[in-house]
Amino acid sequence: MSTAIDIRSAVKRYGQTTALHSVSLSIADNEFFTLLGPSGCGKTTLLRCIAGFEDLSEGEIRLFGQDIARLDPNHRPVNTVFQQYALFPHMTVLENVAFGLKMKGMDLPDRTERAGKMLEMVHLSAYADRMPAHLSGGQQQRVALARALAPEPKVLLLDEPLSALDLKLRKAMRVELKTLQQETGITFIFVTHDQEEALTMSDRIAVMSQGRVQQIGSARDIYEAPVNRFVADFIGETNLLEVNVDRIEGETARVTLPGGHVIIVPSAGTGPGRHHLYIRPERLSLTAKGDLTATVERVVYLGTDLQLFTRLTTGEEFHIRLQNSARTEVPAAGTTVALHLEEGAARLLAD
Amino acid sequence: MAALHRPKGNGTGYRSLVGPLLIPTWAVIGIFLVLPVLLMGVYSFLTKEFRGGVVWDFTLAAYDQFFLNRGLFGDEAPSVEWTYIAIFWRSAWQAGLATVICLIVGFPTAWFIATRPPKTRAIWLFLVTIPYWVNLLIRTVSLKFLIRDNGPLNEGLMSLGLITDPLPLVNTNFAVQLGLFYSYLPFMVLPIYAAVERYNFALSEAAADLYASRWTTLREIVLPVVKPGIVAGCILVFVPSLGAFLAPDLLGGGKTYMIGSLIDEQFRGSQGNWPFGAAAAMILMTLVLIVLLVYARSQAKDDQR
Repeated sequence: MSTAIDIRSAVKRYGQTTALHSVSLSIADNEFFTLLGPSGCGKTTLLRCIAGFEDLSEGEIRLFGQDIARLDPNHRPVNTVFQQYALFPHMTVLENVAFGLKMKGMDLPDRTERAGKMLEMVHLSAYADRMPAHLSGGQQQRVALARALAPEPKVLLLDEPLSALDLKLRKAMRVELKTLQQETGITFIFVTHDQEEALTMSDRIAVMSQGRVQQIGSARDIYEAPVNRFVADFIGETNLLEVNVDRIEGETARVTLPGGHVIIVPSAGTGPGRHHLYIRPERLSLTAKGDLTATVERVVYLGTDLQLFTRLTTGEEFHIRLQNSARTEVPAAGTTVALHLEEGAARLLAD
Repeated sequence: MAALHRPKGNGTGYRSLVGPLLIPTWAVIGIFLVLPVLLMGVYSFLTKEFRGGVVWDFTLAAYDQFFLNRGLFGDEAPSVEWTYIAIFWRSAWQAGLATVICLIVGFPTAWFIATRPPKTRAIWLFLVTIPYWVNLLIRTVSLKFLIRDNGPLNEGLMSLGLITDPLPLVNTNFAVQLGLFYSYLPFMVLPIYAAVERYNFALSEAAADLYASRWTTLREIVLPVVKPGIVAGCILVFVPSLGAFLAPDLLGGGKTYMIGSLIDEQFRGSQGNWPFGAAAAMILMTLVLIVLLVYARSQAKDDQR
C-alpha cells in the first residue's frame, strides 16, 4: 500500500510556545486515520498544517511523495470538513458543493451534475436549492462533507466534524462517514477528542498529547497495549495502581500488588522499582478469593453494565465494570469483595 | 428560540400595554420625521412671499420652475428646464464619486481594524471617530485653511522644494471631494467594520481549501457575505453627500454648485424662495427613496430563496 501522507519531524511554534514537537507519522492510502487527544494537544494544529492554513516552522509534509509543506492551501489537493462546517451562507446547497469544482475550472453543466451526484450520495438531493441557513445541523454537516468530497481530494481532512451534533446523530454519522470512506477510497484524516468516535471508526489512531504523538496503532493496540500512563488514562476507563516490581525475568516481571498478592505480568521494558500498573475495569471478576480485596462504596446500574466504585484495603479507589447478566450477583455497598484479575488484564507502564 | 420568549399576545396581559408603551416612539417619529416632511410637502405647493416666507395660496409654481423653462418673462412656450436637473445630476455624480472613494479607502481600513486583536480594535475605532467630536463646519473651515494657497500644505511642499508655486487646491472639484471624503469616511468604515467583525474567517479558509485564490475568495465569498455592511456604508455616505452644502460652498467656492447649496440658498435672507426650496427638497427625497426602495426590493428577492 502506498503512503498518502508522510509527515517528517514537523515542528510548529507560535512565538514562545511550541504546538508541535517534531511529529513524524505516515498515513497509508485509503486509510481512516484519526488524530486523537485532549484539546490543546496539537491535533488540530497538525491538521491545519496539512491543509495549509498554518505553516510548519520546521519539517516536511509529503503527499504521495511530493513535499507540500510550503504550498498555499489552494494548491494542495486535500479538502477539509470544518468543525462549524463553514458553508458559504450566500450560496445554495448545490452552489456550495459545486464551488470547489468551479474553482478547478469545471464548466457549469458538468459541475452541476457532479454536485448533484454528491448530494445524492449524502441523501440531500431534495435540498439542492435551499440556503444553508435553512438546514438542520446534521444536514449542514452532510453538505460540508459533499462539498469537500466533490473535487475528489487525495486526502480528506475532518476537523472534529461531529462535535456540534447531538449524540444520536453523531452515532449515525459515524457509520455514514465510515461507509463513505470505504466507498470513495479516499484517505480520511479525522481529528477528534472523543475516544469512542476514534475507536469505532479508525483503521489506526495517533494519540497526541502536548504536541507529541504518544502512540500510533489500531484501536485494539491502543486500548489493550497503551505505551504510557497518558494513553492508558485517556483511552477508556483505567485503574492505575502504583506497584513494586520485584524482579525482571526476561520478558516478564514479578509484581507485588497492594495487599501483598504477587502476580506475573509482561515486563514492558520496565526495571525493578516503583511503576504504574493499569487494570481495565471490565477485566475483573468477583470471586471468593482474589488478587485484590476491596470495599464496595457505590453501585451504579447502567443497564448493560454495572459499575462498582470500590476502595482497596490499601486505600486506592478502584473501578469495576461487570456485565449485567441474570447470573450477576450485585454486591451491596459496604460489603467486602475479592477481585480476580483475568489473564492479561494487568499491564505495566514504562512511565 | 426567540419565539419562546415572545409574549403570546392573549392572556399574557402584555398586549394592552403595547399601545401606551409605543407612545414615545410615535411621538418622536411624528414630531421629528412626519411633521417636518409634511410641512416641507405643503410648503412646496404654496406661493412665495418676497422677503422669504410663504403666502397660503395653492400653486404648482415651484415644481413648474424646477422642471419647465418658460423664458425670462414667463411668456414663452414651456420647454424642459435643464438648470436644476443638471445640478441634481452633478450632485449625484459628486456624491457617487465620494461614495466610491470612501469605499475604496474605507473597506481596507475597516478590514484592518476588524482583523486587529480585540483590545487594539477599540483604540482604532476610537481614533476613527475622534474628528466627530468637532463640529462639521469648523472641520470644513480648518480643511480649507490647510489646503489654501498659503496654508500649511502648500507652504510645506514649497519649503521642501517639491513645488515652486502653490497648488491651486481650494475652489476646485478636488477640494469638494476631499471635503466629502473627510466628512463621511467614518460612515463607510463603521458599518463595514461591523460586518467584517462578524465575518467568519473559516469561510475564507474553506474557499482557499476549495482551490480559490485570494482575489477569488475576496470576490466570491468575502464581498457577498459582508455586502450588507458595504451597502449600508454606501447609503450612509451617498445620501448626506448628495445634500451636502458645507463642502461644496466652503471648499468648492460655489463653483461646484450642488443640490444642498441650491436648497440652502432658497431659505437664506430675502432672496430666498421657500416653496422652490421645499420642492427641490421633496424631489431630492423622492429620488433617494426610489433608490432605497429598489435596493430593498432586490434584497427581499435574494432572501426569499
